[in-house]
Amino acid sequence: MSRLVVASIGPASSVQDGGRFGAQRYGLTVSGAMDRLSLAAANTLVGNAPFAAAVEIGPFGASFTARDGAVRVAMSGAPRNADVAGSPVAMGTSVTLKDGETLTLGFARGGAFTYLAIEGAIKGEPVFGSLAVNARAGLGSPYPRPLQAGDEFSVDAASGASELRIELPKPVGGPIRVLLGPQDDEFDDANKALFLDSEWKISATSDRMGYRLEGPAIKHLHGHNIVSDGTVNGSIQVPGNGAPIALMMDRGTSGGYPKIATVITADVGRLAQTSAGTAFRFKAVSMAEAQDEARKFAQAIRNLPDRLRSSDTVALNIEALSDANVAGYAVSAVDAGTWQVAAEP
Amino acid sequence: MAATLPPPRLLPSGDSAVTVEFSHTIDDEANQRVLALDKALAAAPIDGITETVPTYRSLLVHYDPGEIGFDTLGDKLLALASQPLPPATKARRWRIPVAYGGEHGIDLEDVAKTLGTTPDDIVARHAGGDYKVAMIGFTPGWSYLSGLDKFLHMSRRQNPRLLTPAGTISVGGVQAGIQCLAAPSGWHLLGRTPVRTYQLHRNPTFLTEPGDRVTFFAIDHKTFDELDRAAEAGEIVAEQVDA
Repeated sequence: MSRLVVASIGPASSVQDGGRFGAQRYGLTVSGAMDRLSLAAANTLVGNAPFAAAVEIGPFGASFTARDGAVRVAMSGAPRNADVAGSPVAMGTSVTLKDGETLTLGFARGGAFTYLAIEGAIKGEPVFGSLAVNARAGLGSPYPRPLQAGDEFSVDAASGASELRIELPKPVGGPIRVLLGPQDDEFDDANKALFLDSEWKISATSDRMGYRLEGPAIKHLHGHNIVSDGTVNGSIQVPGNGAPIALMMDRGTSGGYPKIATVITADVGRLAQTSAGTAFRFKAVSMAEAQDEARKFAQAIRNLPDRLRSSDTVALNIEALSDANVAGYAVSAVDAGTWQVAAEP
Repeated sequence: MAATLPPPRLLPSGDSAVTVEFSHTIDDEANQRVLALDKALAAAPIDGITETVPTYRSLLVHYDPGEIGFDTLGDKLLALASQPLPPATKARRWRIPVAYGGEHGIDLEDVAKTLGTTPDDIVARHAGGDYKVAMIGFTPGWSYLSGLDKFLHMSRRQNPRLLTPAGTISVGGVQAGIQCLAAPSGWHLLGRTPVRTYQLHRNPTFLTEPGDRVTFFAIDHKTFDELDRAAEAGEIVAEQVDA
């Protein structure tokens, strides 16, 4: 066995996988990666199952050192500068750290979460089939809390497999798509229009439980108390002060404020990767379109292994670069093709 | 069974879940029908359903749109939801100790003032209630109770608190609750219980089930500390009594 030691890490970083399902009826939160596609991409690069446990790294920097042998890792998600002993490491590529080598990551350049997958995946004791950390509930493994310097993972020694890159699906831009409901009838047409036609920003007080949205105050028709009912990833509830809260992966399984809309499954990760303070809009879509997008999103994850390429053929991808620049990022050639350029609409 | 409720409604909760709503309000018949639909789905699963979450007045059904579409699932759910209620089963009954007021119930004085009475009266009314666990949700083990004294019904706080303590006993709207873990809350904090309705390595992990009955009794803050230590060590400090 090798070890991967957390040499330094900022707040809001934790072990996450595909999430914890089956006990929402007891209030057990789902948790799991804020951006499932990026988790799956990082895992695919090192030969893991798409929703295996990996490190979800918040917006701040981090560094990891291999001990007692080589460790093969890969990153996807919010773009960052990264290097091993001064040699740059591209997002969306795998790299083997030799014994004693350190991978250093800078701050996220746009987006919020980067996923570091480790060949063989992080090991621990699952609860309801998941290692995902929910710090508030004291759940998760091997560390049921945000990661700290000095934490370490026992991991399989690097297999020596060739290094790979991944060509991710063309970034989706534009507004964050929602389905109205389940309680859109608690709002009049003017307030639904206000919600859909306004520019929103994510407040700095947001976290994995919920993203607080800054914009106009949304008024209720009949007050802000409803009898608590179930929530889903992406439920957008409106409390008494009129400032919507998009419920994210550490959401409560039920809530008592009217939910005006629900972010579609395919866009929850895009919302998660929208940086605090960046302006964005919502757009209502039909159930048929939302379900079609959900199926395509699931298919895109299943198809990730087909998008692997040998890393020695990394070339300037003009189309991806162009898309990336339209999305508002100045990105380098090596990370132009990665998903994170789609993080912000 | 008397059909006093309107027909159930399907409310889309995004592209991968649907709420089957029986009532807008807290209503015992609606809750019985929620639990009955939940049991029916457990007994005869529909392909594509991944998880169900019973609540006071609705059943949230999570599903995979890759396996079943909204219209097909909706039809099946509505057909099941309109079946007659099965006979009631005997409920378990829990007596839950609560340290009211002071640091454990920081809103007790304000609630009394708002309702024009004394803190002792609020405690007497809250502890005098006979509650049913209507649902569990929000965070692990948070038991939502029906049966709150009408006098104690009051609006939730305009701005939810970002963090309230583990074991908080609170009221919000027409609801009462037992909160297991520290969490945000817009409810009014009356006291704190040492009882853990959820404890990971204890058997059972979850103490309460929807349908259980609950009463509260007041303890002093010193007793709270003693019971809290026992609970931390894995003891179940709620009293289970015959219904």
